Amino acid sequence: MSAPALDPVRAPSDEVSATPSRRAGKQTRTTPARFDTALGWNDRPGVSRALRILLCATALGIFAAPFLTIVSGALSTHPSGSSLSFLPHDSTLLNFRVAGERGIWDYFTNSLVIAGGGLLLQLVVCVLAAYALARHRFRGQAIVMTLFMLTMMLPEEVIAIPLSLVLGHVPVVGIDLKGTVWGVILPLGAWGFSVMLLTEFMKDIPSEIEEAARLDGVGELRMLWQIVLPLCKPALGVAGVLGFIMIWDQYLLPLIAAKDPTDYTVTVALSILRTDPEVGSGVVLAGAVIALLPSLVVYLLLQRSLVTGIAAGATKG
Amino acid sequence: MTATTSAPRRRGGLGTKAVLPWLFLAPGLLLALVFKFLPMGKGIWLSFFDVRPFLGDQWVGLDNYTRVLTDHRFQDAIGHTLVLGVGQSLGAIVVGFFLALLLEGQARSLKIMRTAVFLPVVTATAVVGELWRLMYYPTSDGLVNSALGFLGLGPTPFLDNPDTALWATMVMGIWMVAPYNMVIILAGLAGVDRTLYEAAAMDGVSLWQRLRHVTLPAIRPAIGIVLTLAAIRGLRVFTEVYVLTGGGPAGSTEVWMTRAYTLGFTRNDIGGASAASVVLLAVTLLLTVTVNHFRKRGDVR
Repeated sequence: MSAPALDPVRAPSDEVSATPSRRAGKQTRTTPARFDTALGWNDRPGVSRALRILLCATALGIFAAPFLTIVSGALSTHPSGSSLSFLPHDSTLLNFRVAGERGIWDYFTNSLVIAGGGLLLQLVVCVLAAYALARHRFRGQAIVMTLFMLTMMLPEEVIAIPLSLVLGHVPVVGIDLKGTVWGVILPLGAWGFSVMLLTEFMKDIPSEIEEAARLDGVGELRMLWQIVLPLCKPALGVAGVLGFIMIWDQYLLPLIAAKDPTDYTVTVALSILRTDPEVGSGVVLAGAVIALLPSLVVYLLLQRSLVTGIAAGATKG
Repeated sequence: MTATTSAPRRRGGLGTKAVLPWLFLAPGLLLALVFKFLPMGKGIWLSFFDVRPFLGDQWVGLDNYTRVLTDHRFQDAIGHTLVLGVGQSLGAIVVGFFLALLLEGQARSLKIMRTAVFLPVVTATAVVGELWRLMYYPTSDGLVNSALGFLGLGPTPFLDNPDTALWATMVMGIWMVAPYNMVIILAGLAGVDRTLYEAAAMDGVSLWQRLRHVTLPAIRPAIGIVLTLAAIRGLRVFTEVYVLTGGGPAGSTEVWMTRAYTLGFTRNDIGGASAASVVLLAVTLLLTVTVNHFRKRGDVR
């Protein structure tokens, strides 16, 4: 927006083009500029606008509308694949009741405990690490940074089999984490992405603030808690949302950390519902709705920080 | 952990001040060590053994590797991984690029559109899998099939037919990732100098030429990032396939990780599964390093 608006200021020096370009400048301010988008979309009624609305509707139909089929299927009495549509037939809550009888709320509770505990642990661990990396200089800093980067490049899938052995018998202490929520929570603790993101953000805090606080005799923990953290709220929001969605999306980790199916999270438990011959697809969809809701709520409430986070993560990448 | 104790001593004299950062780093390093690096090391170690519970492991050298890499089911799985990874990455970039071009702008309605279109990304993969299983319902009244019916095409049992199952999985993958790419490409588009568009318009350049010579070069870094992420994601694909088809029908959607999972957890061939994972890890790292290398060179130019 700002670039074309600046033009008329420069234009008067060039006598010939002064008038038309000033007019163009005015136009950019009243109607959205032609040069705002790569395709030069035009907001005035016309072919361009009609085409854009049509394409937008198609995109909505492909990417968003399928979610309506989950909800309507979950609310329908007999949704075999056949009666799937955007509006429920004979709305009923029966599917949710049956899903409840199959223990969906227990799985959901597992998920909530893991998401809550995992996110809390992850934020604490990553904030502490980022604080050390951003606000202190020490020997081996580059190596530590590389180690945290490596955790990002080390997908759970690749280490799944040995990780399941480690979870069954944690070295040194020798406890069996399988079948406990800790088996899922602890491996989620060190997340390289959050460490990187928070480190970059904390680096930008001016050192004058820190020096002033040090003169006042503020200790290390109070410095982090009362001075650095309040300034990090935007980055914490990003790390929180992305962390929650990442944890909620976990599939393999809860699968290998479980001792028996009652330990499953709600997303993994969907497969139990599906393979249960006694329940129909309506019940599976009711489970899907329940598994979908928390990430949906978090996303809608905090989507702005999510999108900035993805963009920031990408450019740092 | 050894570094934790040795580093402060090396600095000498500074005492608590030098220990302090390590106290803050300790939880993260400990968790990463126990739950990331130790399993990685253990996986590499086990890949050289015939793992036999209660009988003791037996060193077999590179046997697991040769066995896994010559197994034709595994070769098929690697082929599927490559087809799926490449197709999904390219498809998601093309679709993401078009979405970004379509939804670029400041209007409120566009922001709402972007929020809605982004939903597949925040939805847990397992939920997406269940959704698409129903959308791919094999009879003519399934959602996708009834849409195809409008176009006069007969119903296809997408997931039950070995010829179509892999493509059906690919379409779902594109659907899941394209909106994510859209956000990154949108961030790239926002950085394009608007005056270039204006200048191009004054030179009477066509829309296609403008896209090709102004927009695309400007968002090349964004595309590079998207490609890296997609390639790595494509190699490690597991949940989508596991939930949607379980590798079937007739192994037609079996990928690297579902095969390794079956080997390790169903067949109890931990050595073989570890060897497969180590190969995958090596390829992933190699790919990351290569792409980063080319990206850096591209930036300098």
